[in-house]
Amino acid sequence: MKIKILGPGCANCQRLEERTKEAVEALGLDVNLEKVTDAAEIASYGIMRTPGLVIDDMVVVAGRVPSTREISDLLKS
Amino acid sequence: MTMDVDTRRAGLRRWGGLALAAGAWFVLYRLNQPFWDWLIYDVFGLSPESAAGSALHFFGYDVVKIGLLLVGIIFAVTVLRSFMSIERTRALLGGRREGVGNVMAAGLGVITPFCSCSAVPAFIGFVAAGVPIGVTMSFLIASPLVNEIAIGLLLGMFGIGPTLLYVAAGLTIAIVAGWILGRFHAERWVEPFVFETRLRGQVIDSTTGLTWGDRIAMGRDEVVTILRKIWPYLLVGIGVGAIIHGWVPTDFFTTYASASNPLGVIVAVGLGVPLYSNAAGVMPLVQSLYGAGLPMGTLLAFMMSVVALSLPEMILLRRVLKPQLIGAFIAVVATGIVIVGYSFNLLLA
Repeated sequence: MKIKILGPGCANCQRLEERTKEAVEALGLDVNLEKVTDAAEIASYGIMRTPGLVIDDMVVVAGRVPSTREISDLLKS
Repeated sequence: MTMDVDTRRAGLRRWGGLALAAGAWFVLYRLNQPFWDWLIYDVFGLSPESAAGSALHFFGYDVVKIGLLLVGIIFAVTVLRSFMSIERTRALLGGRREGVGNVMAAGLGVITPFCSCSAVPAFIGFVAAGVPIGVTMSFLIASPLVNEIAIGLLLGMFGIGPTLLYVAAGLTIAIVAGWILGRFHAERWVEPFVFETRLRGQVIDSTTGLTWGDRIAMGRDEVVTILRKIWPYLLVGIGVGAIIHGWVPTDFFTTYASASNPLGVIVAVGLGVPLYSNAAGVMPLVQSLYGAGLPMGTLLAFMMSVVALSLPEMILLRRVLKPQLIGAFIAVVATGIVIVGYSFNLLLA
């Protein structure tokens, strides 16, 4: 599974990264986590408000930091 | 059935918790003044007329008051804003002509949830959807300049008059500056790749499917995020106020920075550019300096300059804007702020 965190490094992006790592660890998944910080590349995903969470090239959350539980639900589906 | 009871119980806990928090907020707000009176004047035995006594009282009282205001305002604003999204704003602005578009963009800039760290993706998203550059700039200027947190704090600290003036001035600057930049045919000063950006995938509206629980959690998260970011500004701003309160002679500032000082506003705007903070962070300092007798127009100009003209944001925007447009942006907005500063000083004198 490939996960991307879209965000230039603001507080919300860091929190999303933390929570995603927590969720991944709790589920014991083997994932490839990548951070996308370039604004133009972030924009190319069609999101206008960071942070964004991309799972297998699909934007699943944009513009807010979901709870760890919501992230694990997203990872499971 | 059990599911039903569970959700109802969760709802009850949520609204009960919220009501309890609101009650605690009001009690603390009410107790703030008597508590510091008691602690500083009775327990420490300092006189309200002494420098140390008045400075300590000012500091303690203001830290709690502004802290409470911030918590309440940020929470309420974030929950309300979760009903609005930047995707909806873009849809409203798409295909809008300049003029009407600038006015709408400035107004939407106030209510759309937005952080300057998203300025570049938002810019690309707007332009790729066909929103004119000038209209996009009106949005980007209004968003930090006139946000609800600033409005709430101004209301709580200065009352309705200065708040309305501030909002009117901020919107005017955003509308006029965006319109002027549009007149420049600013498209030629936008990095070409912006126009070639193809948005892949489906647009996700960041607010669809949110429950009340989600919205409340977002509000709580935002309070923590903002307070963690601005607490040093808060303490420094209030600390400056406390020192002025206790030790600086009252005519010190009025001698050097009165409304009649022709350079006052320009110096204030210049000082604001390297400083970077949001409105919530700079407000305590503004209030402290106002208490010291600095004119309101000069202070609002300073605040606008801090929030609307910031070096880090310019560096971010450099990714999509050529230096000419960044220069024009700074020149137009700074001129607007200077004009607002002088007019307020004249109006309120």
